[in-house]
Amino acid sequence: MLRFILRRLFVTVPMVLVVVSLTWGLIRLAPGNFYTGEKPIPPAIEQNLRQRYGLDRPWYVQYGRMLGSVAAGDFGISLHYIGQPVNGILASALPVSALLGALSYLLALVVGVAAGVLAALRQNSRLDYASMTAAMVGISLPNFVLGPVLVLVFALSWYWLPPARWNGFGINLILPVVTLSAVYMAYVARLARSGMLEVLRSNYIRTARAKGLPERTVLLRHAVRGGLLPVVSFSGPALAFLITGAVVVERIFALPGLGNYFINANLNRDEPLIIGIVAFTSIAVLVFNLLVDVAYAFVDPRVRY
Amino acid sequence: MAEAPLLSVEDLATWFDEDERVVRAVDGLSFEVRRGETVGIVGESGSGKSVTSLSVMGLVPRPPGRIVAGRVVFDGQDLLQLGDDAMRRIRGRRIAMVFQDPMTALNPFLRISTQMTEVTRLHLGHSRADARAHAIRMLETVGIPDAEGRIDDYPHQFSGGMRQRVMISMALSCRPELLIADEPTTALDVTIQAQILELVSQLKADTGTSVVLITHDLGVVAGMADRILVMYAGRLFESAPTRELFARPANPYTRGLLLSVPNPLQAKGAELYQIPGLPPDLAETTAGCAFAPRCERAEAVCRSTPPPLVRLTAERESRCHFASELFQAP
Repeated sequence: MLRFILRRLFVTVPMVLVVVSLTWGLIRLAPGNFYTGEKPIPPAIEQNLRQRYGLDRPWYVQYGRMLGSVAAGDFGISLHYIGQPVNGILASALPVSALLGALSYLLALVVGVAAGVLAALRQNSRLDYASMTAAMVGISLPNFVLGPVLVLVFALSWYWLPPARWNGFGINLILPVVTLSAVYMAYVARLARSGMLEVLRSNYIRTARAKGLPERTVLLRHAVRGGLLPVVSFSGPALAFLITGAVVVERIFALPGLGNYFINANLNRDEPLIIGIVAFTSIAVLVFNLLVDVAYAFVDPRVRY
Repeated sequence: MAEAPLLSVEDLATWFDEDERVVRAVDGLSFEVRRGETVGIVGESGSGKSVTSLSVMGLVPRPPGRIVAGRVVFDGQDLLQLGDDAMRRIRGRRIAMVFQDPMTALNPFLRISTQMTEVTRLHLGHSRADARAHAIRMLETVGIPDAEGRIDDYPHQFSGGMRQRVMISMALSCRPELLIADEPTTALDVTIQAQILELVSQLKADTGTSVVLITHDLGVVAGMADRILVMYAGRLFESAPTRELFARPANPYTRGLLLSVPNPLQAKGAELYQIPGLPPDLAETTAGCAFAPRCERAEAVCRSTPPPLVRLTAERESRCHFASELFQAP
C-alpha cells in the first residue's frame, strides 16, 4: 500500500510537468500580451516592460524560469494585481473554492445516496420514476443555465436568498452550492440506484435473507457497501469536475475563488497566476484521485495494491 | 409412517410473470420430507428444482414470482401463511440453505466471522464472544484448518471448496431441522465435490438434520439420498427410494436420465444416449404430457391428455399414462 502511494505520488511529477508546459505553450501561442490594450504603448515603455518581466530573453530561458517557479512552489508576482504574489492570491482564493466544493459534494452525496437507495428499494415505483426523472434533468441542465434560473426565482422574484457575493460561510452559499452540486447529485443518485439494484439481486443478499436476517440488517450491513462502491469510484473524477464546475459557478455568483481568479487571469493574460492555478489544481486532482483509490481499498477488501 | 413428516409440500404452484407471459416454474408439486431423511430432487435446468427450494424458504423474488397455490407445511405450520417476522425466525434457524455458487454466495465485503456470528447472535441470542467461539467450533467441524486464525479472513481468501465448507458450517450453526442444499457441489472440482458430499452426510448423521439435496447430477444423489424425486417442467415425474429408482425406473423420463449417464463399462466409442429435444417452454401450456414431444414411449393419448401421477407402491409414484406397465415390465 505504501509503495503504491509513493509510486502514484511520483507519477504526479511528470503529469504536472506536461499540464503546466501545455498551458504555458498555449498562453504563448495566443496573440497579444498582458500589457497590450486598446491604446498603443510607446516603444520605449514596451521595451522597458519586456526587460522588466524577462520577455526579451530567449523562450527556453523563460520556460525554464517558469518551470523553476513551479518546482519551487513559488509562482512569482501577478502581472495584473500589481505587487501581489500569486501564492497569496491562491491562499486567499483556496478556502472559498474548497468550501464551495466540499459543501457541494457533501450535499450531492447525502441527497444522491438517499434518493438512489430509496429508488432502488422501491424499483419502478412513483418515487423511483420521480427521482430518476429529476436526476435526468439534473444531468441535462448545464450549471450556467441552472444558476441564473435559481437566482431569478429565489433571489430576484421571491427575495428569499441573496443573488450573489461572498460573505463567508452562510446563507449566501445556498444558491451556488445547489447550482454546483445538482449534476453530482444526479450522477450519485443514478450510480447509487444501479449499484444497489445490482447488489440486491446478488447471491450474497439472497444468502443474507436465507439466514433470516431482518431486512434492515440485510440492507445496512450486507448491501450498502457493495452497492455504493460505484459512488466511491465516481468521487475521484467528480472532484476534478467540481473544480471545472466551480469556474462557472463562482463567476455567476461572484465568489472570489480559484475559478473566478482563473477566468480573470486568462482575460488579463496574467501568466504567473494562470500557471499557479493550473499547477495547483492539477496537483489537487491527482492527489484526490489517489485518495479515492486508497479509500477504495478500505471499502473493498479484495482490492490490494 | 405414523409420524407426521417434517416438511410436506402440497400442490405447490409458483409462477413468474414475464412481460406478457406467465412462466409456470413449479406447477402442482407435492412431496414430503421425513425427519432425518435425505431427499434428492433431480431434474434438468429449468425443471423447477431451485424455485421449489426458494418457495419453501419464502425467498421467491416478488415480483416477478408469486406463489399461486398450495401449502408448505413445516412441522405442522403452513409457512405460506406465516408473516414476514415469523418466517424470518424459521429461516436460518429451523430451515437453512446452502446455495450453488460458494464464490458469490458469501458477502465479499464482510469477514467470515461477521457473517457467521450474525446468525447465532440473531437466532440463538449468543453474546459476541459466545458466537465467535461457536463459529470457530463450527468451522472446525467442517474441516477448516486453523479455524481460529482464519475466521477473520474475507471470503476471497478461501478456495471454492473451503468457501462451501464455510457456507455449510454457517447453515448448520443453529442446528436446523431441515437443510436445503441447492446444487451444493456443482461449482466445485470433482475431488472437492466428493469431500463436500461426504461432509454433508457425516454432519447429517451427527445432527439428525433432514436434508433436501437439489441437483442435476444423478451421481450426487445416488450416494446420499434415501429417496429421489424426479422433476420435469415444474412437476413431479417420479418419486422412489433411491435404490429402486436406479434399479427399476417407472417413468420414461427417468429412464432417459439414467441412460444419459456415461457408463465406464460401455464399449469405447459407443455413442452416449441423450434425450432428444429440449425441455418445454414453461410459459406455454400443453394439452398432454409435457415430456411427450421427447418421449420414445409417447402415443396419441400422451399428446391429448395430461398423465396422472400414478401411485405404484406405498413409496413410489410415477407421472405417466403407462406407469404401471413400465413398473411391472422393466
